[in-house]
Amino acid sequence: MNPNLNRLRRSMMFLNCQKPGLIKDPYIYKPDSIMLDLEDAVAENQKDAARYSLYHALQEIDYRGVERVVRINGLDTPHWKEDVRVCVAGRCDSIRIPKVESAQDVVTIEKAMEEAEEEFGVEKGSILLMAALESCKGVINAYEICQSSPLLFGVALSGGDYTKDLQTTISGTGVEFTWARGMMINAARAAGVQCFDTVFTNLDDMDGFIAETKMIKAMGFDGKSIVNPRQIEPTHKIFTPTEKEIIKAEKIVKEVDEKKALGIGVFTVDGKMIDIAFYPGAKRTIELAKAAGVYEGDL
Amino acid sequence: MEVKGTAMAGTLESSDAQVTVEPGTNGIELTIESSVINQYGRKIRATVMETLERLDVKNAKVTVVDKGALDCTLKARVEGAVFRSNGITENLPWGGAIR
Repeated sequence: MNPNLNRLRRSMMFLNCQKPGLIKDPYIYKPDSIMLDLEDAVAENQKDAARYSLYHALQEIDYRGVERVVRINGLDTPHWKEDVRVCVAGRCDSIRIPKVESAQDVVTIEKAMEEAEEEFGVEKGSILLMAALESCKGVINAYEICQSSPLLFGVALSGGDYTKDLQTTISGTGVEFTWARGMMINAARAAGVQCFDTVFTNLDDMDGFIAETKMIKAMGFDGKSIVNPRQIEPTHKIFTPTEKEIIKAEKIVKEVDEKKALGIGVFTVDGKMIDIAFYPGAKRTIELAKAAGVYEGDL
Repeated sequence: MEVKGTAMAGTLESSDAQVTVEPGTNGIELTIESSVINQYGRKIRATVMETLERLDVKNAKVTVVDKGALDCTLKARVEGAVFRSNGITENLPWGGAIR
């Protein structure tokens, strides 16, 4: 299994591959992942130029551990096959497939990726996939998409196109995404993959961004798509367990392990009733804290 | 590879380079314009020439307007211009002539 399947992905920052100034050093902002975009941000007559930039950036720039995800062009375009070839030849970490509407869409890209791995001598399974759901049909089919490939690490909501398909607009309240977010996080958890929220494009409304990010964290999402470095720090703060949460999780894990050995199923921690049902959540908090570099305990 | 027509890649934005190739008959005729020509002129020339050599371009007029591009960007813009001059956008030799 690819060890990066479940890596920490609190923030995924979009960067236009056509802009050398953007892709040369985004690691200084320390996002968990960067999204090198060959799709919407790149003008139709610059698709070729963006690929050369991408290839050399992947080969020559040390992104210092930041995950390098590439958003390719959709299956409804003439560009995706060459996009997959350059992604594999350049050895990116993951490919984001846009406008996914079915499991077959993912399988089609997976097959092209396998062919490219063969062509360029790249180890099979070393590049992961994620799917962006951007239509009502895609969201309806979220569960089958989440189960489509062992290389698929997650799904992301793409709000701009989704609201167009829904025949509404982005309101700023998030009401238009209520069902899609619920559907997607439920499907992702049922299938055991990660789930990422759409971008928040009003850079002047940091309070709104923080409120939305707190909400999607509470819903269960793993991270958020980012369009500006200013959004990274608040996102990481929201998605990183607090000291209080870590201490509580540590107590629960230790107590459950201890009480289980004694045959005790229900007990109290800091005056609150705890049973085995709290264990996975507490373990996840510890794992997240470890991945975020804020846990130095012995669990 | 032969440069079959005039083609350009890149922009005049900071950190980028605009590379223009035209058909030639007298080897590589390279012109470089850069605000850092005194510090990096030789390096820019070497990168452009190496890239052209990998692409097997033997005759061309090449103009580079550099705006502080990294090596990787210079290579990308030279390749972009040369392949555009041949109308090639698919089945590119990633890891071969492009590397």
